[in-house]
Amino acid sequence: MYQPFPPDRSQYPAKKADGTLDIDLTSGKYLKLWQGPNHPGITGNMSVELTVCGDEVVEGKTHVGYLHRGFEKLMERRTFIQCFPIVCRICVPEPDFNEYCYAAAVEELAGIQAPERAHWIRTLILEMGRINSYMMYLGGQAGSLGQGVIGQWTTYVRDLMLDRFEELTGARIYHMFILPGGVRDGLPDGFAGRMEETLREIESILKDVYDVMFCNAVFKARTVGMGVIDPAWLDEYGVTGPNARAAGVAKDMRKDHPYLVYPELAFEPVTGKDSDIYTRADVRRRDVLVSVDLIRQIMAKMPMDGPLMCAVPNVLHWKIPRGETYIRGECSRGEYGYYLVTDGSGYPRRVNVRGPSYTHAMALLERMIVNISISDVAALMVSLHTYPPEIER
Amino acid sequence: MSIKDVLSPFTAWKNLFRDPVSIRDPLNRAAAPRYRGFHQNDVAQCIGCGTCEDICQNGAIDMVPVEGIATKQGDSGLRPRIDYGRCCWCALCVDVCMTHSLSMSNVYTWVDGDPDAFRFTPGVDKKPWDDAALGYRRPEEHRLTGRVRAPMGEIEPAERIDSFAEIVDGYDVAEAQFEADRCVSCGLCVATCPTHMAIPQYIKAIRDGDYDLGVSLLYESNPFSGICGRVCTHKCETTCATRHEGEPIAIRWLKRHIMDQVSVDQIKRVLVKPTAPTGRKVAIVGAGPAGLTAAFDLAKQGHQVTVYEALDQPGGMTRWGIPEYRLPYDIIDQDVDIIRSVGVDIRCNARIGTDITLDQLKADHDAVLLGLGLQLGRATRIPGSEHADVRKAVDLLRLATAGEPIAGGTPREVVVIGGGNVAMDIARTLARLQQQAYGEVKVILTALEDRAHFLADPEEIKEAGEEGVIILDARGPQQVVVENGSVTGLKTWRVKAIFDEQGRFAPSYDEADAQFHPGSMVVEAIGQMTDASLLGDAMTEQLAWQRGRLQVDVGGRTSASWLWAAGDMVRGPDVVSAVADGHRVAASIHAALQEGIAK
Repeated sequence: MYQPFPPDRSQYPAKKADGTLDIDLTSGKYLKLWQGPNHPGITGNMSVELTVCGDEVVEGKTHVGYLHRGFEKLMERRTFIQCFPIVCRICVPEPDFNEYCYAAAVEELAGIQAPERAHWIRTLILEMGRINSYMMYLGGQAGSLGQGVIGQWTTYVRDLMLDRFEELTGARIYHMFILPGGVRDGLPDGFAGRMEETLREIESILKDVYDVMFCNAVFKARTVGMGVIDPAWLDEYGVTGPNARAAGVAKDMRKDHPYLVYPELAFEPVTGKDSDIYTRADVRRRDVLVSVDLIRQIMAKMPMDGPLMCAVPNVLHWKIPRGETYIRGECSRGEYGYYLVTDGSGYPRRVNVRGPSYTHAMALLERMIVNISISDVAALMVSLHTYPPEIER
Repeated sequence: MSIKDVLSPFTAWKNLFRDPVSIRDPLNRAAAPRYRGFHQNDVAQCIGCGTCEDICQNGAIDMVPVEGIATKQGDSGLRPRIDYGRCCWCALCVDVCMTHSLSMSNVYTWVDGDPDAFRFTPGVDKKPWDDAALGYRRPEEHRLTGRVRAPMGEIEPAERIDSFAEIVDGYDVAEAQFEADRCVSCGLCVATCPTHMAIPQYIKAIRDGDYDLGVSLLYESNPFSGICGRVCTHKCETTCATRHEGEPIAIRWLKRHIMDQVSVDQIKRVLVKPTAPTGRKVAIVGAGPAGLTAAFDLAKQGHQVTVYEALDQPGGMTRWGIPEYRLPYDIIDQDVDIIRSVGVDIRCNARIGTDITLDQLKADHDAVLLGLGLQLGRATRIPGSEHADVRKAVDLLRLATAGEPIAGGTPREVVVIGGGNVAMDIARTLARLQQQAYGEVKVILTALEDRAHFLADPEEIKEAGEEGVIILDARGPQQVVVENGSVTGLKTWRVKAIFDEQGRFAPSYDEADAQFHPGSMVVEAIGQMTDASLLGDAMTEQLAWQRGRLQVDVGGRTSASWLWAAGDMVRGPDVVSAVADGHRVAASIHAALQEGIAK
């Protein structure tokens, strides 16, 4: 197993009596190095303030806020329907979880129920989004280790899926399709055939990715045994999703707290054993295949007629009684959740978005980044699969 | 790690033999059929209700005036201008568009060096995608506002046919809130309402359960809210934006709901209190909607107002013309009681010209307002119509209100001439009286208009039919047949056309299609006119007239500086128009009194 530094360096630098690190910047031994916010080896608009000793990181602090648009606060001054076009922007690569969680939270508090057909279409969209998110990740993970070609390929199939999104929802990135009460429309004519073609192309590309990225001596040398998440940390840090599953814990909201039509679909959460960067990448690769299979199941089982929206009150002055709820789902990074509080007025009293990146990119990363080499920071950070906008809603 | 891990990455080279996936000309790539691209607006269909502007969370839509599109009833004349610096393409504007006029094309590329060019009015400022056939259109079933009106409970025909009990139940709170929820607050109704009631605001008050606010909003513009809540001609509903989606909001029933929910004391508590007395005195002749509205306004402005009413109870045509099953008398009493509470002195059984002279009124007051209404029925003047059993609808309705019997008893068979609401009122009143007296209904109503052009409200026609009234359309009355001194029926011809080529009233008939309708009484319900005899010959001579009506200025002032006229006698029959006229004339009188130039 690849060990960047001898284990006895793990306590380096020394700690003071109060437990803080004993870093004397004036000693000339240490150097401050900012990775990000403008840096190819960073996941989106965030940065890590590194303190290095030689090329070894002795301390890393995550800095966010470059993308802060105050969504949660904005929503407190918007009507319930006006929040619907905003929420997708909280997570750009996989926006649909915001739409789903927000819509489901509003539906629960307003006492309305989206029709069954809408549940199927919502599930379909969430799985399509998951594939896209993983495709972006795979390209990023390979890119963080200098393999530019993987990103080219995954972007190509992601683009095909965006075409499917475009014809289904009317938009490529911000779909704004799942709204409180249901979904906007049904599947367009011939969608199933084109979706199947796309799924085959994804499987084919994924095979190439496996051959070139996963069966790759360099990739293995850089990632096997690197960035291990101790299974004991999972609950301590609130680690969810593939990061947890790669550590051998089958945490998956789709199974643990089933929502939408997941109880009617056959699948098993993908898990790994070694909990290193390689395993996490592999878990995600195999998870794409699960999603591909789920989409096939959905396309085969979903009802093709029936209502898509339940009757909603006039959205122009929709008031929702006092209440609070927390709606969660399994996104490509882990547990995505919306905590919504209503006070009987026409506006949300409080919306809190639980993006999994918050714990992964801040607390967890700051712990894991210590004692690795500068050249591994990007790979480690990408392997946690974080999207900064959901950290700084 | 194995030899495979060393060799496998080289399989990437197989892409050398594959076609590239690049899109060479992305600008001309057609978007998906339901893509949300630049907006399209069918400006001829758009009514400028501004619902799109309301829902836009980015403030990207402004309703702006457009050259060539005039404001008219049911159309604000404004059209949405979209700022693509703000638009997020969520299409909520398309989803709530009341007329389906707004949509999005699937065109998404457009290059222009001028940033201001990205703010334009779709459909007005011509764009290449105006005729694009594809793009996001709201799916038929996808609605974010309520389409179906809350049903209104009514007494079943079998139950109501021999009773004068009010037919319409009124909404309970849940029904009213359901109905109020459908309103999109566009305000097109406000512009249409003759008295410009604050309709979206009082509908909001219903949604909020704030009936104090609701009733104070009603009384800001209409002291006849209880009455109008039942019998208003509700022109507002003919311009309601939601009628494009489904049924218009039941604005009239919502107004009634507020009045049903509040007590008289509650209304009196929220009313604006009269200002300090001005010492000016105003006499109003006729305690109908116009006169009493003017009295209400003037009394609140501190003037001493006395209303003279010839009959023994106030209310005018609302009491003496409208049957009890549409408008119960206690509702009129309640509205009048509230008007009295601001200091209006109503003197009944005081007929001007007989009990008090007009000169006396003029001498005792600073201003005099005539709100005489239309009390006299018009005659058909066909042969036989001078017979004593040929009656005027207004006269019979007055008897019905007074509870007095019809001379000669309730007729067993009646023919009504007329196709308006008054004809329906008398036909349905007589039907009830017949049912009470004889247990059967024999009322035939003959209207000049055909069904498509009936003047009466559709629900009146429907309900009259349910109650046993036989309605014959396109029948022109020719002769009241009198045999041995008694009326035996009415002879009619089929109407070919009511108006001539110049649009003048000149009915033409098909004489071959003659019918005889048996009846011991014929009732004429073809219109009313004013009894202005109280003016006296000299005054009649002195005042300016126009087509048989007193000529008045915008404020209702006649050619005599101390005399105003308002309501049906100058505007034609309609309660809410009379209320509006009452406000107008009160403002004119108040201004004149302020200036001290009255008299």
